[in-house]
Amino acid sequence: MSMKSSTRQVDGVTIVDLSGRITLGEGSVLLRDVVRDLVTKGQRKILLNLGDVTYIDSSGIGELVSAFTTVRNQGGELKLLNLTKKVHDLLQITKLYTVFDVKDDEATAVAAFK
Amino acid sequence: MTANRVSYTLDSSLQSVNLAEETAQLIAAKAGFDEDNCMRISMAVREAAVNAVLHGNAYDPRKRVTVAFENTGQALVITVSDEGKGLDISTVPDPTTPENLLKQSGRGIFLMRSFMDEVRIRLLEPGTEVTMVKNVSGPAAHNKEASK
Repeated sequence: MSMKSSTRQVDGVTIVDLSGRITLGEGSVLLRDVVRDLVTKGQRKILLNLGDVTYIDSSGIGELVSAFTTVRNQGGELKLLNLTKKVHDLLQITKLYTVFDVKDDEATAVAAFK
Repeated sequence: MTANRVSYTLDSSLQSVNLAEETAQLIAAKAGFDEDNCMRISMAVREAAVNAVLHGNAYDPRKRVTVAFENTGQALVITVSDEGKGLDISTVPDPTTPENLLKQSGRGIFLMRSFMDEVRIRLLEPGTEVTMVKNVSGPAAHNKEASK
């Protein structure tokens, strides 16, 4: 299954609901385009909901890192929500878990934005 | 596990990467690995195939990627080779150090090493060959130990 995304606004935070696979090719390109589009439109508080992401490879991890730095470089914040065990383990292995602000509750995540 | 070997010659395309991953998943499951280890094996194969297609053969339609699976009875041995310019492993930095942590790429070999019991990389003429080994640690291995 390829990746799908949809966005919604909650209390000034843009939540991007992602599902499917974030892998080299279509999935990672879609994530890149979504985040860049949001930043271009002036969105600075972005929450990526990964609850329905079934698989992520090193290219997908790279895109998450790129999204994080892209938003941060524009003075914004990007947080992650609802990691599956697979994605959680991958971020632990790659030592990125402490780089990202990871939440498991949407309301808490939204409230955590400055 | 009984000893057998199967080999695939693939185009330098993303479809080949997906096929290698899916095949690894099936072969690992057939070899008796549990769900978590099947995921680890298939992901390691995907990363090796990505490196072969993207960094090795650079999507060159004239170049092929070979993926071979061998079930030795004690381990699943997987070899992924390309026909590219060759990878100098000494130039691949550790992606987990602070200066590399926020780089977008460079985690493929690290993940292979994290998920497999052994990873060997050697230069071909031309190309690179990655050999990955996942030992059987389930009942089959325990039975072997018990019979010694």
